[in-house]
Amino acid sequence: MNLTFSPEEQAFCEQVRRFLADALPSDISQRVRLGRHLRADDYLRWQNILSEQGWLASNWPKEFGGPGWGPVQRHIFDEECAAAHAPTVVPFGVNMVAPVIMKFGSVEQQQHYLPRILSNQDWWCQGYSEPGAGSDLAGLNTRAVRDGDHYIVNGQKTWTTLGQHANMLFCLVRTDPDAKKQAGISFLLIDMQSPGITVRPIITLDGAHEVNEVFLDNVRVPVENRVGEEGQGWTCAKFLLTHERTGIAGLGHAKQALRHLKSLASRIQHRGKPLLELPSFRQRVVKAELELMALEVTNLRVIAAARDGGVPGAESSLLKVRGSELRQELSELTRRALGPAALPFFPDFLHGEGSLDDERAQSAAASAQYFNRRKLSIYGGANEIQKSIVAKTILNM
Amino acid sequence: MDFALTDEQRMLEETLTRLVADQVSPEQRRAMLAAAPNRASALWRTFAELGLLHMSFSEDVGGLGGDGTDLMIIMQALGRGLVPEPYLAGLVLPGQLLAVTANSEQQTRWLAPLLEGEHQLALAWQEIGARYDAFTVSTQATQQGDQWQLNGKKHVVLNLEAAAGTLVSARLANGKLGLFIVPADAPGTSTHLYRTIDDQPAGDLTLDSVKLPLTNCLSEDVSDKLAEVLAVGRAALCAQAIGAMEEACDQTLAYLKERKQFGVPLSTFQALQHRMVDMHLHLEQSRSMAILAATSLALPASERDYKIAAAKAYCGESARFIAEQAIQLHGAMGMTEECYVANYAKHLVMFDHYLGDSDYHLETVSELLKVA
Repeated sequence: MNLTFSPEEQAFCEQVRRFLADALPSDISQRVRLGRHLRADDYLRWQNILSEQGWLASNWPKEFGGPGWGPVQRHIFDEECAAAHAPTVVPFGVNMVAPVIMKFGSVEQQQHYLPRILSNQDWWCQGYSEPGAGSDLAGLNTRAVRDGDHYIVNGQKTWTTLGQHANMLFCLVRTDPDAKKQAGISFLLIDMQSPGITVRPIITLDGAHEVNEVFLDNVRVPVENRVGEEGQGWTCAKFLLTHERTGIAGLGHAKQALRHLKSLASRIQHRGKPLLELPSFRQRVVKAELELMALEVTNLRVIAAARDGGVPGAESSLLKVRGSELRQELSELTRRALGPAALPFFPDFLHGEGSLDDERAQSAAASAQYFNRRKLSIYGGANEIQKSIVAKTILNM
Repeated sequence: MDFALTDEQRMLEETLTRLVADQVSPEQRRAMLAAAPNRASALWRTFAELGLLHMSFSEDVGGLGGDGTDLMIIMQALGRGLVPEPYLAGLVLPGQLLAVTANSEQQTRWLAPLLEGEHQLALAWQEIGARYDAFTVSTQATQQGDQWQLNGKKHVVLNLEAAAGTLVSARLANGKLGLFIVPADAPGTSTHLYRTIDDQPAGDLTLDSVKLPLTNCLSEDVSDKLAEVLAVGRAALCAQAIGAMEEACDQTLAYLKERKQFGVPLSTFQALQHRMVDMHLHLEQSRSMAILAATSLALPASERDYKIAAAKAYCGESARFIAEQAIQLHGAMGMTEECYVANYAKHLVMFDHYLGDSDYHLETVSELLKVA
């Protein structure tokens, strides 16, 4: 066994690093570094640069216009992007609906939608959760009734991330209310400009507008916008969730957060000495360091298994649980490190154009991010759901 | 980056798994523990025949040149079966220290028979006032003419009774740490023998004006080599703990599926499912750390010590967690001597007390923590 990258992989790492140094606009990386909310234009500028480089769809095979990278290259790319404070690519098109369209979509759907994702023409959002269907996703109630060549869709979706910028929605709907829970679900692609769609912001406890409610009121969706057969939506949904969870450990972000924490805690003074020398604080940093080391190797084990032909399975649930717990701990330690400086709240600075003096700007986002990171153990299947998945699929309980 | 085993390593793993399954059932293990620990067992002779005793030694001392992964495979299999053989304490630790300190004459006398299974050894590095610190040594060695004289006391020396000779660290007059081989019958030695709470034969060794010829001095400055060999030992212990954690998890899971209360198997209760998953999470994360340790042995000393301390600290806490959960999930049965998983629980808790516990190793990580 060995844990080192091959010379080719190291060269690739250098290539990505050089590209990021040259191509990532500094105003965007600065916003990411300070934890300010990104505007639609920030995402698009960066994704257009990636698209031009051919690296936007890092998980796509060559036949669909992706770079054809393997799991190791994708891992290196993600880590380097996080280290350089590049924005996370909005995943709903490239990483979520695209694999579903590739696997279950018709040739026409593939030819129409995939190039539009690659060129950032479409901004996709996700219509999964409903007010009455969270962890119990298959309990969803949004109805789609067939009317000639269309479905008439009625219902409400929620937690729709960045839906305020989106022009396309992939949506789980109930097409057969009499079939068993999972069997009556279909997967529809819906134009957000359709009459009857209303998007309302949900402001989260950190003051951010990240998620939305989406109301569907007699929305007409052409039948050709269905992916897969009627009633096969759950198969698509599960396939997509596995993809959603693979990157969800967010190890690149955890590494970056730990680097930031250590540098912060060695600058901040506590009784005339760096905070990092306070034993109780240092102990928690050391434990976070250990957890990160373990997660990194676990992640490499999963990547190596994928490279050697395995499919992402329940191991991604393990990574999700431990990865989200670690990132939450790091956000907790970062907030604590700042002490009283974690108290002032500048929402205008965080999502607006305003400016703050350097010192305030450095600490402005820490507490808001701490609250924002609570989402990590809730989204993509709450950690308790992940544990039930492991119990069922790995331990056969 | 490669986590796959080579063909030879897969064969090694299969051989050991079969051997442990055939020869170390719970009943056989009880019989092995009841036997006197002062001579080699049938299983040890089988180890010798299979070349297992040569595995972790370099080719220039007559070994097979196995690396950290090979040692991990062996230790993990021994841990799975809780095999009561002093593979680490009686072979690898003293043997590897001999291999890097002894001259050819000393190797012929002590190392060659060790690898052939003709005798076993022990390593006495620990003292009662120093807890886990191998470099706080009050045992003294003074050279008088053509002999050395040793005075002091060594604490919890594993495999002491069976050892034909014990490697003893001692402070020299010049302040450096020396290493000596003390034959079992050397006049002036006395032993207080016992078993550890997890069934390992051990003892305290008192050295009262023990006189040794010059040829019994293995090194007059052994600190770096001792650190190197203790690192090997820590990586090996992590691997052994992984094997024991696997088995503790498997036995607990099987019990949850079989034991019924309220008319249904325990495994149907979500609170217990999630506890079982937490055990599994600890196991998989610890496995990653044990792999990290096994692949770090050849790194420069400070990087090696950092990673191995991290692994030992991490595995120590996970091992205790898994042990406590295994007992809890077995209910009152888990408290009994009769319940086999209790043996694993004892080993997994006490694992933390060998070659430095989590606190000791967390301090090392803390000292070596890279900030930038």
